[in-house]
Amino acid sequence: MHIGIDVGGTNTDAVLMDDTRTLAAVKHATTPDVTDGIVQAIGDLRAGHHFDGEQISAVMIGTTHFINALVQAKHLAPTAALRLGLPATKALPPLVDWPAELVKALSARSYLAHGGYEFDGRPISPLDPDELRSHAADMKAHGIRSVAISSVFSPVNHDLEIEAARIVGEVLGPDVAISLSHEIGRIGLLERENATIINAALRELASEIVDGLTAAVRKQGIEAPIFLSQNDGTLMDEDYVRLYPVATFASGPTNSMRGAAVTSGLTNCAVIDIGGTTTDIGLLINGFPRETSNEVKVAGIRTNFRMPDVLSLGIGGGSIVNEETAEVGPESVGYRITTEALVFGGSTLTATDIAVAAGRADIGDPSKVAHLDPAFVDRVLTRIAARVAEAVDRMRTSPDPIPVVAVGGGSILLSDELPLFGAVHRPDNYAVANAIGASIAQVGGEIDKVYAIEPGRRDEAIAEVRAEAIDKAIAAGARPNSVSIVDFDEIPIPYLPGNATRIRVKAVGDLDMGGPR
Amino acid sequence: MSWTITANLVPGLARGAAVLGTGGGGDPYIGALLAAQAIQQHGDVTVVSVAEVPDDALVLTVAMMGAPTVMVEKLPSLDEVIAPVHALGAFLGRAVTHIACAEVGGVNSTIPIAAAAALRLPLIDGDGMGRAFPELQMVLPTLYGIDASPLAFSDEKGNVGVLNTVDNAWTERIARVACVEMGCSVMISGFPMSGLQARESLVADSLSLSREIGDGITAAREAKTDPVERTVRLLGGRELFAGKVTDVQRATTTGFARGRARIEGAAGTLELSFQNEHLIAELDGRTLVTTPDLIIVLEHDSGEPITTEGLRYGQRVRVIAAPSDERWHSSAALAMVGPGYFGYDTPSHRFDGRVEHLTDDRGGAAA
Repeated sequence: MHIGIDVGGTNTDAVLMDDTRTLAAVKHATTPDVTDGIVQAIGDLRAGHHFDGEQISAVMIGTTHFINALVQAKHLAPTAALRLGLPATKALPPLVDWPAELVKALSARSYLAHGGYEFDGRPISPLDPDELRSHAADMKAHGIRSVAISSVFSPVNHDLEIEAARIVGEVLGPDVAISLSHEIGRIGLLERENATIINAALRELASEIVDGLTAAVRKQGIEAPIFLSQNDGTLMDEDYVRLYPVATFASGPTNSMRGAAVTSGLTNCAVIDIGGTTTDIGLLINGFPRETSNEVKVAGIRTNFRMPDVLSLGIGGGSIVNEETAEVGPESVGYRITTEALVFGGSTLTATDIAVAAGRADIGDPSKVAHLDPAFVDRVLTRIAARVAEAVDRMRTSPDPIPVVAVGGGSILLSDELPLFGAVHRPDNYAVANAIGASIAQVGGEIDKVYAIEPGRRDEAIAEVRAEAIDKAIAAGARPNSVSIVDFDEIPIPYLPGNATRIRVKAVGDLDMGGPR
Repeated sequence: MSWTITANLVPGLARGAAVLGTGGGGDPYIGALLAAQAIQQHGDVTVVSVAEVPDDALVLTVAMMGAPTVMVEKLPSLDEVIAPVHALGAFLGRAVTHIACAEVGGVNSTIPIAAAAALRLPLIDGDGMGRAFPELQMVLPTLYGIDASPLAFSDEKGNVGVLNTVDNAWTERIARVACVEMGCSVMISGFPMSGLQARESLVADSLSLSREIGDGITAAREAKTDPVERTVRLLGGRELFAGKVTDVQRATTTGFARGRARIEGAAGTLELSFQNEHLIAELDGRTLVTTPDLIIVLEHDSGEPITTEGLRYGQRVRVIAAPSDERWHSSAALAMVGPGYFGYDTPSHRFDGRVEHLTDDRGGAAA
C-alpha cells in the first residue's frame, strides 16, 4: 500500500492506494501549519481503512509550497547568480528582466565570468579560477548562502558548471547551496538561468519543508520513503527535493490530470478539470501531460520549466449565467457560491443552478430553480458543451479521435455527450484525482541537447540520446526493466548548415521501491 | 520628421516587425531586451526619415547573421554589435553617420536599435527589404548596384573580419562559412551607402510602420476590436484564410529550415511553404500568393504574429497577405527573391492574386 497526498492552497486531499485501487480517500481544508494537516489526513485515512505503519511502502506528496513562496516573495535565501560565458552574453547579465521587488527579496547579486561552450561543444573561453575565487569572495562578503551557476550551452557540455561549483564551494565553505543550470533547464540561457536562480533561492526553504513533511509522516509510525511530485508527474525523493525544489512548481495541475488518467484507465486522452471558476483542459500522452513548448512566466520571471500545457476557460460551477444571452462566465461568484447561488437562497444565477435545474446534480434547494425555462437551461448547457469541445479540439495534437475525461466538482456542468468527441468519461473518486495523481509511482529522465548530425549518422545519434535518457531515469530510481521512452522530439535548427538538430527525449520507469510490492 | 525610440517603445516595435517579418527572424524577445538594455545604458535613439539623410552621409546596415536558436543561448554583448561598424568606418577611412536596418522582422529590427544607441548615431526609419528574406544579398540596395561589401563581421571574442568581395552572393557565401566557424551567431555591418543611395534604395518608414502595427495590435485588443483586421488595413492587404493548423513538416536543408504547414478551415485547406519566411500560400492546390509579397500568420484572436518555428498543430490562425515594395516586382528582383529562386515552379502571384509573367526587360516592372 502507499499514500498519496496533495497539499493545495485550499484543500489537502489524501488517498490510501493498493497499486491503482483506492482504499480510502479524505479531503480537508489546508491548515496554516501544513504538518498538522498531513498528520490529520493520514490519521483519517487510517480510520477509513486500517493499516499499520510498516505496510506502507511509500508516501507521495504534491505541494504548492515552493511556487507560493516565490509568488509571495517569502522565505527566499540570499542568492548569487554566476554565469560562465564571457566575453559573450555581456549585454544581458543575469537577473536582467526580473521584477525589482524579487531581486530585492533575494538580496540577489549577479556575476559574469569566463567560460561556456559553442553550440558544437568548442569552448568559448577557458575558466579563470582566480576570477571565480574573487567573485566568490565578494559573495561571501555580501552574506550569500545560495549560488546559481549557469554556463553558455551547458546542455551540450556541463563540465565547466561543475568545475566552477568546486572552486566557488572552496571559498564559500560546505554550507553554501549550489544549483547548476544544466540540471534544471533546457536550451535558452536566460530562461534556464532564471529557473536555476529561483531554485537556488528556494533551497533553504526546501530543507525546512522536507524536514517538516518527514516528521509529520514519521509521527504516524510510517518509516517508508517520502517522494514529491515533479512538474511532469514523475517523482523525486526527499534528497532530490532538497536540491531541486523548483521541479515541484506545476505539480498541481499535473497531478489532477494524471489522477484522471489512472481512475479512468486511459493513458491517451483529453482531461477536462472543471472547478469553481475555470475549466482547465490538458492532454495526456502516454499517461503524461503534454508540456508547453513556449516560455512560461512565473511571478513575472521568464522561464522554460517543463509545465503541462493547460488551456483555461472561464467556465466553472460558480460562473455567472447571463439571462439574456445564455452565455456563462467568465465572472464567477467563487467561494461565495454557498450564499449567492439560487439553490442556496441567493440571487445570482450560476452555472450550478443550471445543472440543478437540468436534474444533473442534487445540490441545495432544487425548488429555487424550478421556475427556469427548460429551453433556456438546455441552451446554456449546449453552449458550455460547445465551448469546451472547441477548446479540447484546440488542444489535441492531431485530428484523430481522442477520449475525453471529466473531473472536478464542476464537471456536473458537462453533458454526457460532447460535440466532436462523443461520450465523456467520468471516473470514480474524481474529487481527489490530484491525490491519486500524486500517488503514481514513476520516475523519469530527460535529455535536451543540440547535435550536429553528420549525414548517415542520424539513427546512431538518436540511439545515443535515448540511451542517455534511460540511464538518467535509472539514476533517478527507476527499475531498469520498466524504463521506456515516453517522449521524443527532433527539431532542426534554421540557418545552420550541417543538420544541427535539437533532440529532446524523456524516459520514464516504475519507481524501484526496494523489492517486489 | 525625426522621432525617438525610448525603451518602452521597443516591445511594440518588435511585435510589429515580427508581423512584417513574415514568419522569419526568430523570437524577437532577446533582440527587444538587447535594444531596451542598450537604450537604458546609453540613452534614447533618434530616428530620422529616409528623406532627411544628407547626400554625404555614410550609412551602414547592422544585423545578426546566424541561427536565432544559437543566439538564445550564446547571448550577444554590445561590444560585438558595434565592433563591425567601427571596423568598417576604419576600413573606409570615414566616420559612419547613420545606422540602417537590412530587414524588418525578428532580431534584425532590434539589433540596429541597440547599435544606434551604443554608437550614439541616428537610425534611419527604413530598411533594405520592407520585410524579411533569408539571405544577405536579398535587399533592394543590391538591385541598385550597391555592394554588401566591404562587409565587416565580429564575434563576442573580439574577432573581426572585413570582406571585400566581387558580388553580394559571394559575400553571403563567405560570411556564412565564417559565421558557422565563429559559433553561428555573428554581428555584421555592410552595404556602405551615401545618403543619396540610401534615399533611393531603402524602403521608407518601415520602423514607423512596425511601431504602428505593433501598437495597433495592443490598442485593438484593449478596445476589444479585431487586431487582425486592423493589421490588414494598415498594410493595405487582405485576409486570405482562417483556420486551424493541422500539420507542420520541417526539414533542415542547406542550412535553412524549409517546411510546409497545412491549415484547415471553412474555405478549404491552405498550404504554406516556408524557408525561414513564408514563401507560398496555396488553397486546395491553387496558388494564392507567393514571395515577394508578404504572407503573414497571426494568432486568430490576439493577432500575435507567429514565427515559422512557432507554428504548431492546433493553433487557430488567420493568414493575411500584403503587398511588398513595388520594386520587388521587377524581373531582376523576381529573379533574386521570386518563387523560382527558392525552387518553386510557379510564377509570382501578388497579394491580390494577380499573376506576374516575367518579361525580358531588365529592371522594368512586369505586371
